[in-house]
Amino acid sequence: MIVFILCFILFLVGLFGVLTSRNIIKIVIGLSFMEFSVFLFLALIGYVDNGQIPIVSGEATSRVYVDPLPQAMVLTAIVIGLATNAMLLAVAIRIYKKFRTFDIRKITSLKG
Amino acid sequence: MENIVPLFVIVPLTAVFLMLIIGRFVRGFSKVLSVFLFAFLVALSLFYIFRGDHISQVYQVGGWKDSGNIPIAIYLLLDPLNVFVLFIINLMALFSTIYSVNYITRYTGENYYYTLFGIMIAGLNGVVIAGDLFNLYVFLEITVIASYALVAFGTAREELEASFKYQVLGGIATTLILFSIGMIYWYTKTLNMPDISRILETSEDLKLVQFCQLMLIAGFGLKAAIMPFHGWLPDAHSSAPAPVSAMLSGVVIKAAGLYVIFRLFFNMFQLTYEISVLITAIGTLSMVVGVFLAIGQWDLKRLLAYHSISQMGYVIIGAGMGMMILSVNGNKLIASLAITGGLFHMVNHAVFKGLLFLNAGAVEYRLGTRDLNKMGGLYEKMPFTSSSSLSASLAISGIPPFNGFFSKLLIIIAAVQAKYYVLATLAVIVSIITLASFMKFQRYAFYNHKSHHGNIKEVPFLMVFSMVSMAVLCLALSLLLIPEIRNFILQPAVDILMGRNEYLINLLNQ
Repeated sequence: MIVFILCFILFLVGLFGVLTSRNIIKIVIGLSFMEFSVFLFLALIGYVDNGQIPIVSGEATSRVYVDPLPQAMVLTAIVIGLATNAMLLAVAIRIYKKFRTFDIRKITSLKG
Repeated sequence: MENIVPLFVIVPLTAVFLMLIIGRFVRGFSKVLSVFLFAFLVALSLFYIFRGDHISQVYQVGGWKDSGNIPIAIYLLLDPLNVFVLFIINLMALFSTIYSVNYITRYTGENYYYTLFGIMIAGLNGVVIAGDLFNLYVFLEITVIASYALVAFGTAREELEASFKYQVLGGIATTLILFSIGMIYWYTKTLNMPDISRILETSEDLKLVQFCQLMLIAGFGLKAAIMPFHGWLPDAHSSAPAPVSAMLSGVVIKAAGLYVIFRLFFNMFQLTYEISVLITAIGTLSMVVGVFLAIGQWDLKRLLAYHSISQMGYVIIGAGMGMMILSVNGNKLIASLAITGGLFHMVNHAVFKGLLFLNAGAVEYRLGTRDLNKMGGLYEKMPFTSSSSLSASLAISGIPPFNGFFSKLLIIIAAVQAKYYVLATLAVIVSIITLASFMKFQRYAFYNHKSHHGNIKEVPFLMVFSMVSMAVLCLALSLLLIPEIRNFILQPAVDILMGRNEYLINLLNQ
């Protein structure tokens, strides 16, 4: 149970970062925190007490295995998260080139 | 070919791969290929619709057969509901691409534009045909990453800022969706949507399911930009290039947001009264507040973007009323009428809002401004743009005989029959305010005395072609209400949403 709570705290840390920081790079970091807490959660729900690595070989099928599906999901989600982060940082760099600042209080060309 | 289901994803992905490689060396290859690609996909969905037997098709990826009752393969499925959505996605993509051939010459990197556009459509088609929660998430991410890039395509200050905002909110939405998919998997030990719905039928733990439902509403609500989650929409939709705004407003917020909400809540979860009321309430909120935010706008595309929020509200209250009636075992006919109205308005909105954004793009193409105060008198100079935008404006404000009138009428009749008088009144009032705000648009853009200088002429032929065809479509879609055609196209889609059990039986017994 304690790991789930820690995972949730990680999520909240990320959310706090997204909501309160004014530097766009820090917002990106906060988003990554949120993403990784969810990845951690997905990895945790596949865990089985005393589970083995889920590779079934030969006749030893009576053992307890951990659930492999969330692991596959996490791998896919990490790749997607990588793409999202790359896209975010690319836009952040272009924003810096245009506005010469990372401060979101000064990046206000859109209103209304 | 026996099974056409995977073609909706495979063909566009192959095409964008070719575009990226060959388009680099052969000029004009990408645009020709995109036009043929979307024409092919439209033909494919028409082929399924006109086969006429309304049977769901399932494709099991990798050919893994179900073991006992447990589905192993990833399901891709095609039924009358999603083929209808697929048809409208690809049709809009076709017209936007034809429009882009001239329009996108203002930007550099044409090849990348068509590639990103193709990826976005491949992802959307995937979202619509996915029968598996995690794949739905993967396709959703393919769509939104391509659309982040397309919003930032101009790389000016506004585009970059809008794209960043869109990405941060989209990232939060993604996290919520992935989290609730994890929770659902934890509870049911499966990701397959029919299988989940079978398990939830006998479930006891309502608290956890409700928690997941709320997370999903928040996540997909952010993607669909319904009212409390709408902050990114006006920026992103007004900053993108015009054909992309037409796709984002016309199709992406529906297929990636509303369609998924409807599919999950009608077919996967058990309908509960509380959740139905919540969905209807946020629908009403976005319908009313969206139009009030829209009426004060002077930036043309921003005005249209706020109207998207408001019109999405109509779609949601249509389907939400259906949910409320079904969840208390009310009159099925009224529920069916309400859902028909919602789905019909979804399609209509895709066409007329897409057309309006293309018109805005045409005006911007010639004048170089989106400010309504700097336009005026364009009626004589740009007759095709002006008349097609007039028909789209009449359609969105619900004037007969255009399609928007009939779908709004269905929703309002259903609301009156189900005795939700407040909803009916609000729907009528919002429609009148919409009319007012589009009269403002018509007057300042096309009919007022002119406040610009220089020689303005009509936009090139291909842009005119796609605008005029969509204006014709605005009228032609009204024909969907003729009983024979409705029973052939619209009614099977509504039956899929209403009949939770048939969805299961069709899928699990193949």
